[in-house]
Amino acid sequence: MSMPLFPIGTDPGSSFPELLKRVGLAPTLEATGEVHVPHATTCVALRFADGVVMAGDRRATSGNLISHRGMEKVVQADQHSGVAIAGAAGPAMEMIKLFQLQLEHYEKVEGSALSLEGKANQLSMMVRSNLPAAMQGMVVVPIFAGYDLRRENGRLFTYDVTGGRYEEHDYVATGSGMLHAGTVIKIGWRDGMTRADAVALACRGLWEAADADSATGGPDVLRGIYPVVATITADGWQRLDDTELTTVFTSIVDEVRAR
Amino acid sequence: MSMPFYVAPEQVMKDRADYARKGIARGRALVAVRYADGIALVAENPSNTLRKISEIYDRIAFAGVGKYNEFDQLRVAGVRAADLKGFQYSRDDVDARSLANNYAQILGQIFTHEMKPMEVEILVAEVGVRGQDDQLFHILYDGTVVDERRFSVLGGDAEAISARMNDQHADDQSLDDALKSAAAALSGPDRTLAADDLEVAVLSRLNGRRCFKRLTDAAVAASLAS
Repeated sequence: MSMPLFPIGTDPGSSFPELLKRVGLAPTLEATGEVHVPHATTCVALRFADGVVMAGDRRATSGNLISHRGMEKVVQADQHSGVAIAGAAGPAMEMIKLFQLQLEHYEKVEGSALSLEGKANQLSMMVRSNLPAAMQGMVVVPIFAGYDLRRENGRLFTYDVTGGRYEEHDYVATGSGMLHAGTVIKIGWRDGMTRADAVALACRGLWEAADADSATGGPDVLRGIYPVVATITADGWQRLDDTELTTVFTSIVDEVRAR
Repeated sequence: MSMPFYVAPEQVMKDRADYARKGIARGRALVAVRYADGIALVAENPSNTLRKISEIYDRIAFAGVGKYNEFDQLRVAGVRAADLKGFQYSRDDVDARSLANNYAQILGQIFTHEMKPMEVEILVAEVGVRGQDDQLFHILYDGTVVDERRFSVLGGDAEAISARMNDQHADDQSLDDALKSAAAALSGPDRTLAADDLEVAVLSRLNGRRCFKRLTDAAVAASLAS
């Protein structure tokens, strides 16, 4: 592969998607008619005292079939932010990959990371560019969450298919189980929650979504597959390990059983 | 129509080489040195914002001396080439050797075909999963590539600095020792360099996926004082 050098004026600057266009590698989606692809489902994010918690179940469905049990829909975007995706799994994963690359590419070319606001806007543009595919049923609706190092607090953003960007203050849910998960979190959310309380609440939201929505997967004890739960604070992204999640879900099970 | 004066090709190449060497010799030097957990890159650079050392990819760093705008252009091209390759194939397929070859092609092409050669010397360093896989590619203004094993010196007064490094370098040294020997080699016997005169970064095997990390002045000062 030759090295990409551009004359002044056509240089793509620090934008990775622009660079892909210049070298002819930009992904094109030109399918016609409705297509059926695996769908990823419920994800939630909420603010707590030190930052944000993000959580998402692991199931992907094609119609009434479970197409994947271990999908990771909540992923780290960079050191201080993460994305959670619901919608068509293929385009969603491609979007996440491109988004992660764009953040890293910008950071390396410019020598400093984008602001959280800048990252949120970048994702908005990517969702908007997916609009033609969304018209054919491949809708991708992400949640973006991160720790804003300038404002020193956690922030949440949600998107619609047209790339519309909305900042949420307390919590946000997306995907097929969003109503159930969102309601649980809406009722349980308090300002300045501790990390443990916020993690438990996010897991409880996913639990109730899995209980009522067939497309959302609960904790799969048989196979040892637990939802992806991560916190983002001033110290950066940290994914919770399965031992900690086992404890959280065991206490949820105990509580449900005692009802 | 007037004929241009005939100039022997040997003379043209020699003039260009002299021109590039003079430009490079004006700048301050830079040292890359292997230590137990990776590669340390140490540049004499009083600026806190204009960087000579930077990250290219997960395990690859770039360092340049000479004319800033020229090596910065090469740096950005390297980041692009690496990110594109990683996007097209996989992150594991991005390697320093192919980047170094690309740089050599560009520098060689410019040296022979353009009016003015690039007044730069660059280094592409890759930290291996194991110590013996560490790689240092030193690329000169005319596209010559040198593959170096233990350390690499770029820029003005490179011979004297190399000689001093040779005396002090030990395999499997600690980061503190590597930084002390690099700082001493850069400064020479007649002066000492403080932490804020140096730009220091490491490619460390212990840093996870992205091995590149800049060291703060405080961390460098602590290492030099240890």
